Amino acid sequence: MMLHTFVAYVEDLPGVLTRVASLFRRLNININSLTVGRSERAGLSRLTLVCEASALAGHRIRASLYKLENVVDVDDIAQAPAVTRELVLIKVAATRSNRSQIFELAEVFRARIVDLAPESLTIEMTGVESKIEGLIQVLNEGDDQILEICRSGKMTMRRGHHTSSVLKAMGAGSDEAPNSADERAESFEESEAVEPE
Amino acid sequence: MGTSATAQAANVLLAEPTRLTGAEIVWATLVGEGVTDVFGYPGGTILPVYDALRKFPIHHTLVRHEQGAAHMADGYARASGKVGVAIATSGPGATNLVTGIATAMLDSIPIICITGNVSSKVLGTDAFQEVDITGITLPVTKHNFLIHRAEDIAPAIRYAFQIAKSARPGPVLVDITKDAQQATAIFDFEAAKPRPRRPHPMRNVEEDGLAQAAELIRNAKRPVILAGHGVIESGAGEQVRTLAERAQIPVALTLLGLGAFPASHALNLGLMGMHGESWVNHAIQDADLLIACGMRFDDRVTGTISTYATKAKKIHIEVDPAEVNKNIKVDVPLTGDLREVLEQLLPRIPSRDGAAWLKTINAGKGAVAVRDIKNLPDSGHLYAAHVIHDIWRITGGNAIMVTDVGQHQMWEAQYYHHESPRTLITSGGLGTMGFALPAAIGAKFACPDKEVWVIAGDGGFQMTSPELSTIAQEDIKINIAIINNGYLGMVRQWQEFFYERNYEATPLVSPDFVKLADAHGIAGRAVRTRAEVASAVEYARSAPGTFLLNFLVEKEDSVYPMIPAGSSLHEMIRRPSQDSLMENADDQ
Repeated sequence: MMLHTFVAYVEDLPGVLTRVASLFRRLNININSLTVGRSERAGLSRLTLVCEASALAGHRIRASLYKLENVVDVDDIAQAPAVTRELVLIKVAATRSNRSQIFELAEVFRARIVDLAPESLTIEMTGVESKIEGLIQVLNEGDDQILEICRSGKMTMRRGHHTSSVLKAMGAGSDEAPNSADERAESFEESEAVEPE
Repeated sequence: MGTSATAQAANVLLAEPTRLTGAEIVWATLVGEGVTDVFGYPGGTILPVYDALRKFPIHHTLVRHEQGAAHMADGYARASGKVGVAIATSGPGATNLVTGIATAMLDSIPIICITGNVSSKVLGTDAFQEVDITGITLPVTKHNFLIHRAEDIAPAIRYAFQIAKSARPGPVLVDITKDAQQATAIFDFEAAKPRPRRPHPMRNVEEDGLAQAAELIRNAKRPVILAGHGVIESGAGEQVRTLAERAQIPVALTLLGLGAFPASHALNLGLMGMHGESWVNHAIQDADLLIACGMRFDDRVTGTISTYATKAKKIHIEVDPAEVNKNIKVDVPLTGDLREVLEQLLPRIPSRDGAAWLKTINAGKGAVAVRDIKNLPDSGHLYAAHVIHDIWRITGGNAIMVTDVGQHQMWEAQYYHHESPRTLITSGGLGTMGFALPAAIGAKFACPDKEVWVIAGDGGFQMTSPELSTIAQEDIKINIAIINNGYLGMVRQWQEFFYERNYEATPLVSPDFVKLADAHGIAGRAVRTRAEVASAVEYARSAPGTFLLNFLVEKEDSVYPMIPAGSSLHEMIRRPSQDSLMENADDQ
């Protein structure tokens, strides 16, 4: 078993998510994470779906997604270099007496405080899964009481200039030459739990 | 309005954009798509559509249960290669279609189901006869539509036809709210045409793959072609035959592949898998190359996957990328339309001498054939094999045989030798009892000049026997053979082999089928001995209308050979010895 990540462009119509979710139910595969939002293309949503399945299942899952009439493009990220991020909102019980500790923690994790109330505050952070787990772990280790956690699920984008043949045929967003030296230089490898944004 | 007048009027509608009601648009679009026959059952939310029917040159067959409508559309599609159409109302009308839709899905049959639904303003309120049929049918359709505006009807139906027919065919459901049927819109058939389908990024056959496949075929010593339903759907019978003949490769067939390759051909091995003959399955197990053409390595074909054809390299030519490496890991997948792929492959295949391998396979036939029931002397007992053998002999193998599901289905596959595609219509994937009678009605409408036979068991026949009324009302000619053994025979056989003959819930009391037919105004006759079979079959064929033959056959006869589910392909129960067997946990 391994984690598979698929990035798909789907038509922005009622019921399309049901079709995607229903497919995974039918294949008896649990969806670990699913994020959906508008894409750069009118009428198309982009989703990132992470699921756990056998190492050989990637091909069949991708092919099965293509069978859905509303699915336009499916990219099986597999081991390709990609940027994966998740957004988290964490509400922590905090009063005047212990706020400053949390402010310091947020500083270290490059997180932001986005809401402050007399008895609580809300932290917003973006990062890879391990970074988010790290912050939650540190908060749990201290006296800080986590009230709520809201995680967006993973969003993935391949590194470098990558556009699928399907999207190219539909007229891709940019006409630049693929994989120019500059782009390669700009793409950096992921660091550990704490990393720059 | 006369038929020609309605046809003319419909042609005018197709030629120039006209304002019509949604209900009229449904029919006009169907006419434009070439539909001449539909099967359905009216009800509250589909009434506007029925009200508009008289203006269009389409024949509607009133069914007795909506499941029958879906099976008729299915039988129509299988017999003709065209898209079958079923119509039902909302709620129970729609849910009654579901078994028929799933049957078509599992066997990749192009049908369109049109259902009415409650008006859009009450959708989602649990209104009378409201059901979420697009939700219910989501996993058993290629796609479905919920339409609530008249102007969306024509594009949806045209798109539905495109989806149903394209690549690996399948069922599509179009659910139309009553207010959309009643509202008006400009009907513009041409403008409603769907955009061409995007090329499938996973459906591409590359030079490398073709070269590898050709190399494997050239070097194979013991190759076998596995031909499936895809040969028929793709129209690749000629190409498969050319490949087989040029390279002298024997051809084994799946149940749905029967007819794709002529049974009388010297290279034909016949049915493979669970009830295939032993020499066929041994040939597969001993092969060094399998060329799978339009088949999906179903569990009924492979037996235990881990021991399946372990010595063989495998080439898989298949239109659906999701089938590649699903059950059996293959060496060379060629993902594309079978006919197109074979057209590309054939120029690379030189003629080849296969005599030694064919001789080896043929050597396995002799002993088994002698034990075959149809070769045994008349003991006074009537076996299903006798019945099927005589029907085959008398019809010259040219009838459209429509079977139900169970023992008789396997006997038909073993003893009726199909020479051409679309002459066997059977529910293979879903295994739907009750399929035969309605599917045969659909087949008869598709091919009115062909001889159509229903082969059904006493159990399955009773599931849809009210469709005898449909036959009577439509006044069509079908020959019905009930293989009546007083049991749910296939289940009884499994109880005999795997459950210590504990015949729980399989003995079956049936009505007198001849009297049942008579009550419908259909003639019939019971047949009890082998000697009567041929004359009864002849009599049924020459009868002017539908004729029912009730064959009272040996009660505890079993289908041999048989590979118990979960066993290897070469571990079969031979005829007639019966070893004590245990069912495996993963048996189904």
